Amino acid sequence: MKYLDEFSDPVLARRLLDQIHAVTTRPWAMMEVCGGQTHSIIRHGIDQLLPPGIEMIHGPGCPVCVTPLEMIDRALAIASQPGVIFCSFGDMLRVPGSGRDLFTVKSAGADVRVVYSPLDALNIARDNPDREVVFFGIGFETTAPANAMTVYQARRLGVRNFSLLVSHVLVPPAIAAIMEAPNCRVQAFLAAGHVCSVMGTSLYPALAARYRVPIVVTGFEPLDILEGIRQTVVQLESGSFAVTNAYPRVVPPEGNVPARQMLEDVFEVTDRTWRGIGMIPASGWRLSSRYREFDAEERFAVGEIHTDESPLCRAGEVLQGHIKPHECSAFGKECTPRNPLGATMVSSEGACAAYYAYRRLDLVEVGA
Amino acid sequence: MTTVDFSSWTCPVPLRDTPNVLMGHGGGGAMSAELVEQIFLPAFGGSAADLADSAVVTAGGARLAFSTDSYVVKPMFFPGGSIGDLAVNGTVNDLAMSGATPLYLSSAFILQEGTDLAVVGRIAQAMGLAAAAASVRLVTGDTKVVDSASGDGVFVTTAGIGLVPPGVEIGPRRARPGDVVLVSGDIGVHGIAVLSCREGLSFGTSVLSDTAPLAGLVAGMLAAVGDSVHVLRDPTRGGVAASLNEIARASGVGVSLVERDLPVPAAVRDACSLLGLDPLQVANEGKLIAIVAPSAAPAVLDALRAHPLGAGAQVIGTCVAEHPGTVVAQTALGGNRVISLPIGEQLPRIC
Amino acid sequence: MCLAVPGQVKSISERDGTLMADVDFGGVRKDVCLQYVPDATVGEYVVVHVGFAIQRLDEESAKQTLANFEQLGILEEEFGAK
Repeated sequence: MKYLDEFSDPVLARRLLDQIHAVTTRPWAMMEVCGGQTHSIIRHGIDQLLPPGIEMIHGPGCPVCVTPLEMIDRALAIASQPGVIFCSFGDMLRVPGSGRDLFTVKSAGADVRVVYSPLDALNIARDNPDREVVFFGIGFETTAPANAMTVYQARRLGVRNFSLLVSHVLVPPAIAAIMEAPNCRVQAFLAAGHVCSVMGTSLYPALAARYRVPIVVTGFEPLDILEGIRQTVVQLESGSFAVTNAYPRVVPPEGNVPARQMLEDVFEVTDRTWRGIGMIPASGWRLSSRYREFDAEERFAVGEIHTDESPLCRAGEVLQGHIKPHECSAFGKECTPRNPLGATMVSSEGACAAYYAYRRLDLVEVGA
Repeated sequence: MTTVDFSSWTCPVPLRDTPNVLMGHGGGGAMSAELVEQIFLPAFGGSAADLADSAVVTAGGARLAFSTDSYVVKPMFFPGGSIGDLAVNGTVNDLAMSGATPLYLSSAFILQEGTDLAVVGRIAQAMGLAAAAASVRLVTGDTKVVDSASGDGVFVTTAGIGLVPPGVEIGPRRARPGDVVLVSGDIGVHGIAVLSCREGLSFGTSVLSDTAPLAGLVAGMLAAVGDSVHVLRDPTRGGVAASLNEIARASGVGVSLVERDLPVPAAVRDACSLLGLDPLQVANEGKLIAIVAPSAAPAVLDALRAHPLGAGAQVIGTCVAEHPGTVVAQTALGGNRVISLPIGEQLPRIC
Repeated sequence: MCLAVPGQVKSISERDGTLMADVDFGGVRKDVCLQYVPDATVGEYVVVHVGFAIQRLDEESAKQTLANFEQLGILEEEFGAK
C-alpha cells in the first residue's frame, strides 16, 4: 500500500534506531498514548531494539480497554432486547462486562452484528424498518466524526429506527489525569497521530507547559514510531518540553475543520468513567441535546445497571503505567486472552494481551 | 525478579465460562481445541496428541487414512469457488496430509427448507467437477432438510478414505529441532476472498480463493524424498498461526519463522491492513505446510515448485529446541514476536 | 487505536446527499465517505478510518519525511563518527 509500506523499511528503521542510540545518554520513560501505537511497537519488536534505558509505558489509548464496565453492561442489556439488531466494531465483541460479553449474548439468541463502519449499521436500519438498530459508538476523537456523521444522516434521512450508544473518550484530559496521578513516572508523551489528524494539536502546548513534558505527535508505522521516539529523546536530553509533529503528512496543526464542526454540533463534553482508572472529569463526549432522540441510552430503558468486576483485575494500574502486565498476580493464570478478566487482556492492543502474545517468550526465559 | 511460568499454566476457570456454544468454537483456534479436548476426547477416548488432519488406521492389512469435515461457509459462493469446492478439496487435502492417496468420499447435505434448488444444483456440480479434478469418487451420501428457522442455505459434510503407502509415517508429532518449515505458496488468500463479499465488510479485491486438491503435490514430495517429510498440514481455519502452534505443541519443538520470508501477496497484505487482520491467522484452502529433515529441504522445495500448485513455495522457518510449543517470528526490523494460537474467529478491528 | 490507512481517490459520487468516493488501497477497493475531506480530488490520497476519509495525505510531506530518514546518519558515516 503506497504511503504505508515505505514507512516499514528496515534499512531506514536501522538508521533511526542508530540515531536514538546515539543521542540517549540516560534512562527515560515515555508513554505512547494510543493503543494502535502499542500494538505496532510490540508487533514489530521495537521496544526490544531501543536502548535499554528507554522505557515505553503503554498508555490507556485503547477505547476498548477503557470503555466503562457500566457501558458494556448497558450494551449487553440492549443487545438482549427482542427485536434489536446490535451493531458493533469487531473489537468490542469479546470485552467482558459483568460476567458476559457480546459473544455470549449472541449465543443466547441476540442479533449482534460486526460492521466495519457505522454507516453499515445505518444501512442495516434502513433495510430493516421493523427492527430497532443500535450502533455501539465507542472510540477516541478519531472515530467520533464517523459516528457523528452517521447520526447526522440518520436525522437528515429520517431513519427513526436507528440509535447510537455513545461512549467516546478524549485524549488530552487523559494525559492530564496521568500526570496528576501520584507515582507518575511518565516524562514524555507520544501523542496519538490519528486523533491529532482530526483535532489538530492546539490542546497540547498547554499540557506540555503545565507538566513540563515533551509531546511528540506520532504515527503508527515502524519508521513513524521510531521518529517519534527519536524526537522525544532529543527533547528529553536537552531539557525541552515542546510540542513537535513527527507525523506531518497527515497532521496539519488545525486538524480537520469540517470534522471538528460536526463534532461541535453532534456531541457535548461530559464526565466519563474510564474502566480501571476511574472518573476523569470532562473526558468524554455524549450526544448533544439536538441529537438526544438518537441516544440509545434514552431510547432503551434497561433499568439499573449493577456492575461486577473481578477483584483480581488490575487493568487500571496497567493502563496508568503503574505496573507491567506480568506484575499482576492474575496475569497468565486466571486472566488470559482466552478468559479475560479485564479489558486490557481482551483488546488486541490492550497492554496485557500484547504482553501475553508477544512478550511471553522473554518472560519464559527469565523464569526458566 | 518476577517469574511467570506459562508451561505449567492450567486455567482454573472451568471450560465453559458460558454454558453455550459460541461462534468462536468453530474458529479453528484455542476455543475449538478446548471443545475437542474437554468434551469430545473424554467421551470418545483417545488423546490430544493423536489428533491430526486425518486418522491413519489399519484394517484388513491395509493402512487407510480417514477424515471428515463440515462446510458451513457464508457466503456459499465467493470469488474463486464455492462451498462445493471446499467440501471436496478440504477432505481430499486432510487425507493427503497423512501422505495418503485419496480415493473415495461421502457427502451429507443439510439443506434449509426453501433453498433455491438451482443453488443446490450449482453446489453439486462444483463437487462433481472438484472430485474429478482430484481423481476421487463420491460414492455415498445423504440428504436432510431442516426448517427455515434453523440457519440458511446448505451445509455439507464430507468424509473420505485414502490409502497410505507403506513406510509413510507423517504426523504432527514428528517435527524435530533442525527441521525446515516450508509453505507451498501465497498465504491468506482464501480468507480474504471470502471476507471481501461478507455483508457489512464488503470490499473490492482481485483475490480469488485458492481452493485446490493437494494430493498430487504431496505425491511429488514423497517421490522426491520419502521419509524425510515429517509433518504435513493444510492451514485452513486459524491460518498458518494455528497449524504451526498445533504442530509445535504436538511435537514439543519451538518454531522459528522469518517474517520477511512469508509469501503474503500484496492484495492480502493490503486487505489485512485495511481491516486490522494478521495474514498468519487467515484461512488457506489450497496450501500446505511441510516440515522436513534439513538435508531434504532443497529437494522438497524443488519438488513443490515443479508442480503448478507449488510454484510459490518458500522456506519460512525452522524447528528449534528452544521455546518448545511456542512459535516465534523474527520481524523485518530484527525484533521478535510470539505468534499465538488464535482464540476464536478473527474479526476486523478499528483499534 | 485508530487503524487508518492511506488510499487513492479513484472516483467521487453522491449518495443520499453525501459525498462518497471509491478509494483504492493498493488493489483493495472500498467505498468511503468523503464528506470530511470534501475538496479531495480524484488521484489524491486520503487517510481512511472506519469507512471515512478523516484527512488528506500530503504527498510532498510524505516524500520529505522519507528523504529526511534517508539523510539521517549520512554525515556521521561520511566522517566516520557515530
